[in-house]
Amino acid sequence: MGLLSSSVSISRYRVEGTFESSILESVRTGLTKNIISQIEDEYAEISVGWTPMESAFEPDFEKFAFSFGTYFAFSLRIDKKSVPSKIIQKYVALEVIKKLKETHRDFLSRNEKTDIKDLITEKLMRQMPSTPNTYDVMWDYENASVLFFSTQKAATEELETLFKKSFQLKLIRLFPFTMIECSSTLKDEEKDLAANLASTKLLR
Amino acid sequence: MLDIAVSYNKYKFLGDEFLTWILYLVENEINIKPMLAMECNTVSLKLGNSIVLENSLGDESSEKITIKGDDAGLEEGTTALRKGAVVTDMNLIFTVDENEWRFSIKGESMNITGLKTPATGKVESQDDIEGAVLEKIELYSIPLQAIDTLFEYFIKKRVSDQWKNIEIPAMRQWISL
Repeated sequence: MGLLSSSVSISRYRVEGTFESSILESVRTGLTKNIISQIEDEYAEISVGWTPMESAFEPDFEKFAFSFGTYFAFSLRIDKKSVPSKIIQKYVALEVIKKLKETHRDFLSRNEKTDIKDLITEKLMRQMPSTPNTYDVMWDYENASVLFFSTQKAATEELETLFKKSFQLKLIRLFPFTMIECSSTLKDEEKDLAANLASTKLLR
Repeated sequence: MLDIAVSYNKYKFLGDEFLTWILYLVENEINIKPMLAMECNTVSLKLGNSIVLENSLGDESSEKITIKGDDAGLEEGTTALRKGAVVTDMNLIFTVDENEWRFSIKGESMNITGLKTPATGKVESQDDIEGAVLEKIELYSIPLQAIDTLFEYFIKKRVSDQWKNIEIPAMRQWISL
């Protein structure tokens, strides 16, 4: 889901820390060093990296913009392989039939079936092309804020990991407790009181 | 700071209470403009086309009430509130002057889904992208900033004596009507 879409989902983050050198160059370096790989690794189940917001399949930050006014905007691309379980079932069943014929036996042990399933899954995973998904990221460096245009747990976890690896800055997910902790409007005393609150019972 | 997973679970009730308080504001047509201190003529918050309430029944089980539809009545919702439920997810329509935003917000995570902003200009060429990105960012920031401000306003009330002495009695009166 993209920043320019007509309907978006948003997870919000606070960025902890700042760059010591040039902001623009630090972001450029972090993105470039961690672009999504153009060459598909047949053994990797998942591949994660950055790509320009305007170009999901040409990860070139020299050609495409990542700086818009005072903001940075780019995309996280996650390429993931998955083989439908019914396809695995089918090939495992065929392999079991073949093996029974070859060995003139009536059944295979549990371990033999597990070995066949592992081999088939590995073979199919290698053959299967990965499915790409892109999620836009908007970084307001001045206000230490990041909007991530997805609320999927798997995608947010990949974002948090890759962001830290790329920029050496930690993302703090904003939810009720962290919104209170990160607030610049609430006083320390109010934050302490909030930390000790118990739920309200509207029921008498 | 507490461990993130621990603090998420321990304080998710504050997000649900916040949404319940928002429903109270909306249903009682309480003017939110003084809370937001926005530079505009009119600002309003209305309930959109869905709301989810949950009533914890103990033993990790809970009762969930989902109301959907553009003109759906809230009777089951207020009945659930009377039985001790809180709002866990709601669709809101936020209006500032002639501009309208629609979105759903989840209490425990404060995640925003299905956010629709006022209409923007079409992107017809590569040169339009920067302007479109900046326009969208500006449009996203308005409801997000409003949520932050309302949440901080709620927390200030929630930790003060006003919560016990004024807000809770008023909310109890509202759900008992």
